[in-house]
Formats: sequence, C-alpha cells, structure tokens
Amino acid sequence: MTPSITEFQVGAADVRIARLAAAAVGLSLIDAAIPMPLPGVKPGLANIVTLVVLARYGWGTAAWVSGLRVVAGSLLLGQFLAPGFFLSLAGAIMSLAVLALARCLPGRLFSPVSWSILASFAHMAGQLALARAWLIPHDGLFRLVPVLALAALIFGIINGLVVCRLLQDFPEEKNHESRS
Amino acid sequence: MAPALTWLRLIRPGDWLLILASGLAVGTSFPLLWQGGQGDRAIIRQEGRIFLEVPLNKPREIQVPGPLGITVIQIEAGRARVASDPGLRQYCVRQGWLSQAGEIAICAPNRVSLAIGGGQSPYDSLNY
Repeated sequence: MTPSITEFQVGAADVRIARLAAAAVGLSLIDAAIPMPLPGVKPGLANIVTLVVLARYGWGTAAWVSGLRVVAGSLLLGQFLAPGFFLSLAGAIMSLAVLALARCLPGRLFSPVSWSILASFAHMAGQLALARAWLIPHDGLFRLVPVLALAALIFGIINGLVVCRLLQDFPEEKNHESRS
Repeated sequence: MAPALTWLRLIRPGDWLLILASGLAVGTSFPLLWQGGQGDRAIIRQEGRIFLEVPLNKPREIQVPGPLGITVIQIEAGRARVASDPGLRQYCVRQGWLSQAGEIAICAPNRVSLAIGGGQSPYDSLNY
C-alpha cells in the first residue's frame, strides 16, 4: 500500500467560519468573566455572533460557528467534557434547532430580536432539560424557571438589538477574505 | 435623534408581540412556580413513630401525649402549627405556621414532631 497524502483544501468558507468562531470564543470568554448573581444566568454574548452569522451566511455556517465555539470555548475554560460543557452543548443544539424554524419568520415583521429571544429561551430549556435528566434529577430545579426565563428574555432582547445594530452598521462586505 | 430611540426603531411589530407574550408568560410563571412546594398533609410523630397523619384540609386540633405532657397541634386549611407544648424553650411553638412541604417543627423535650408532607417531598439538604 502506498501511504496516502491527505491534503486539506482550506476554502474561503472555512477561513470565514474559523474567523467567526474565534470571535464567538472570545465573547464566550468575556461571558464567563462577567460575575453573575445566580449560577446559570449569563448574558450569552457569543450568541450575538451566531445570530449575525445566521443572518449573513445561513444556518449551516451558524451551526459550525456555534459548535466550534462550544468546543473551543470549553477547552479554553477548562470545561471540556465537564458538566458545563454538556450543558452549553445542549443549549447550543436546542437554540440552533429553534433558530432553524425562527429563520422562516417573515422578515418584515420579525427582526433578529425575535430570533434572539426564541434562541435564548430554547437555550435555557435545553440546559434545564439536561440538568433535570442528568445532574439534578429533581423537579425542584424547575423552581428556578421564572428567574432563568426572565434573564433569558432580558439578555435575549439586548443581544438581539446588538445583532440588529451590527447588521445595520456593517452592511454586507464583499471583500471579507481580503481583510486581515 | 435620542440614542434610546435609534435602538427602539430596530424592533419590528412582531418583535414587540413576542416580547409582550414572553414577558407575560414569565410574569405568570413567577407566582405559579413559587407555590410549587405547598404541603398537603401533616405528619405527627411521637418518639419517632408516626402518631397521626392528617390532610391539611379542615381545621382541627390534635393532642399528642409525650413524657412531659400534652403537645397541641393545630391544623388549618393548608397549614399547621404546634399550638402549645410543655417543653422549656418553646422553639417548636415559636416556629409558627408551617405550610411548605418538607417543613418541620420539632418539640424535642416532649419527643413530638410535626412535619408537612407534599405531593413530592423535596430534599431538606443536598451535598456533593
């Protein structure tokens, strides 16, 4: 047998995904550094990147960026394969699933603010479901729902507004790859 | 234009609807979920053995004899308390009304305890 030489062709799309995922990882590090009064409550700044990517490049790219962010972010925070990693993975999967549907909302009536709110509720639901099934198998966990849902709503609105603003202030660039 | 206004202009009609609906849902979830721990029965123990288990539906008074005398337990709709106790420090009496599942008043000198049970009793402590 001859040894095969695998060559990776790095396309423009790959570079774009890597760049955006790096931005998302950076934001999730900032996220982790912000002190919060309650465990489980987080601004979820990295979702801003996911939503901008969703609006610009579609769901597939958003899923890549989100998945890479979860894995790389957890590696940097020392959370890889720890409970926190699975919680954020569950949240990311749920919010991507909801975003796949939310994207079909008529754009005239619904802006990314709606996407952001729906995604942040889905994120919370996914995490709670996993936590209930695995980490804290007791219904008492659901007493946290009002607080978590309120936080999800507030941060969902704020992140959504930031997304709208970013999309508005930085209209589609054609020469994405030439920037360094 | 005021900065707040430029932000608000980004929100479209459907967004407002969603914000309103989810705000309402969150608002109503607050009281609902905080009532979750309501107990529905009182469990009275004497010397560690169950003396009586009564539902918290109608008012009544129960006298529990102990080594020091009679401990009186008062039951009302949705709550119960130790009304009087022959013990020295009266801790269980001063605890007042109990209504949440898992709450307990212990009259140690007279070896009587009053616990509230619910549909599913929550943990009273957890450690990892």
